[in-house]
Amino acid sequence: MSTETEKQVQNGVNVDALLGARDALSKAPEAAKFNWKASCKWMNGTHSQTSIQGFYGLGSQQSHKTEFTFDTDHPEIFASEDKGATPVEMVLAGLAGCLTAGVASIAQLRKIQLRSVKATLEGAMDIQGILGIDSDVRNGFNDIKVNFEIDADASKDDLEALVAQSQKRSAVYDVITNPTNVSVSVAKKSMN
Amino acid sequence: MSRCLTERSIDHVVLERGEVANSWKTERWDSLRLLTPNWQSRLPGYRYKGDDPDGYRTMPETIAFLERYAQVISAPLRANTTVTRVRRTDEGYTVTTDLGEWRSRALVLASGACNIPSVPAFAQALPHGIAALTPMQYRNPGQLEQGGVLVVGASATGVQLADEIQRSGREVTLAVGEHIRMPRRYRGRDILWWMDTVGVQDQGYLEVDDLNRARNVPSLQLAGYPDSRDVDLNALTTLGVKLVGRLAGIRDGVAQFSGAFANLAALSDLKMNRLLRLIDDWAARNEVPGGVEPPQHFERTRVPATPPLTLDFERAGIRTVIWATGFRPDYSWLDVPVLDRKGRIRHDGGVVDSPGLYLMGMQFLRRRKSALIDGAGDDARELSAHLASYLDGSQVHFARERSAAAGALASLGF
Repeated sequence: MSTETEKQVQNGVNVDALLGARDALSKAPEAAKFNWKASCKWMNGTHSQTSIQGFYGLGSQQSHKTEFTFDTDHPEIFASEDKGATPVEMVLAGLAGCLTAGVASIAQLRKIQLRSVKATLEGAMDIQGILGIDSDVRNGFNDIKVNFEIDADASKDDLEALVAQSQKRSAVYDVITNPTNVSVSVAKKSMN
Repeated sequence: MSRCLTERSIDHVVLERGEVANSWKTERWDSLRLLTPNWQSRLPGYRYKGDDPDGYRTMPETIAFLERYAQVISAPLRANTTVTRVRRTDEGYTVTTDLGEWRSRALVLASGACNIPSVPAFAQALPHGIAALTPMQYRNPGQLEQGGVLVVGASATGVQLADEIQRSGREVTLAVGEHIRMPRRYRGRDILWWMDTVGVQDQGYLEVDDLNRARNVPSLQLAGYPDSRDVDLNALTTLGVKLVGRLAGIRDGVAQFSGAFANLAALSDLKMNRLLRLIDDWAARNEVPGGVEPPQHFERTRVPATPPLTLDFERAGIRTVIWATGFRPDYSWLDVPVLDRKGRIRHDGGVVDSPGLYLMGMQFLRRRKSALIDGAGDDARELSAHLASYLDGSQVHFARERSAAAGALASLGF
């Protein structure tokens, strides 16, 4: 039995709720099946706008509090109008958001008080791939580097373990590092 | 368990589909040795008395050891008797075998955790003409064609086979998923001597923060070679083995590997170092007979800067794939409703969720060493006491003692 007073750590993560959900879902695995959704509308040129609000989970339709919209486009050096981040930068945003949320949650669980967390990401890409110049060059990133700068009450080893565990539990990290089946269908919209 | 039941004068039989030590005789590769040193195979009323306590048993030695034990304890053995069905009845259990039927009030399942090799479903996408072997089929490198070999899985089996096959002159590529790195020797002692001495092996199943994880961690990257050499990823890299990430799929004759290799290597280094620092803390506070060498620090796992994400079997000259991807138990004969949705037996420390039914020999059944020969004794003593109480209808309960090192071990992470 520990007689120490519980260390008070507040990273703004409700760990009890997460652990409760983990416990509940391990007993009802069907409810753990989620469907994340996005819809995208072409605006003009390489500019599109993606909207996100509804998703499915816990056995029913769910909704974000409001609709979020994201503009994607390409910079002027691609002869585009630059009305938003490039889609590949959105992928980096997804990875950063996912890993950082993991760092905060696991830190809370491990009773590590965070003061600041900053992730810097770089994705290397050879655009000969997307331009069809060289078929040996892949379209996507050939390397992604993430650097975390963390100010917290913990040793270097503990912070490394924290970031490693965050990668192990991250959905976007998994999506990027493992193959995923993608099926795309198309429907012709009638004029009338 | 038989010895403990005999001690309690509980009438029983031991059913064995083959001869004593059947799986050791028929399902192991030639060079395999036990991972535990000779002194560490302690069974109730029986221990190693030879002149090489720190050596590792070959398979013939392991078989002889178990055969002698069966004789010494006069186990009421029915060999060459295959169980085909187990049913629950009002009185207990009915066990159907190819040599007739047995009825019992209690039943102990000791058929092992490693009956069927677990091979991923995408194995069927392997290009034609490439030989695929499980560790149960593998005997020695001479069995393999010349040419490249892809070993899938880097727990004890995978790293040992990668080591042996690379040394045979075949080029090995090792696909590495989650793994636990471990040095064979630390500060002049066998790592398993340390784990035993410090109390890690006695860590109880109620003392881990995530029992499900503890029961599913891969086996330690160890081998029982006479030269005590390491078989961790750095040792294999030095030998020339090529390391790639976890095999995630096969498409159009091309293997796809996960890009998460670097993180798995980092996690493994962290886990190993946590154990080594725990040992250092213990050694600083306790007298070690014969003294110890100073703490060692091992180089981080060397991860290739850009491990390949794909491998074209044909272009890379891969002729053989070895699925060192783990094993699962076979309960096809068990007609008692005790399996969970993942096909695992529901039990509390070996006491199965069906009156009078017990389980043994599974990873972390009651303690970390439960799946080792060395762990069978403590588990059998406790479970036989429970079984005896069940038979005489008395109150059944375990003393829930915490192991000595419980507090320090809580955060070991494997």
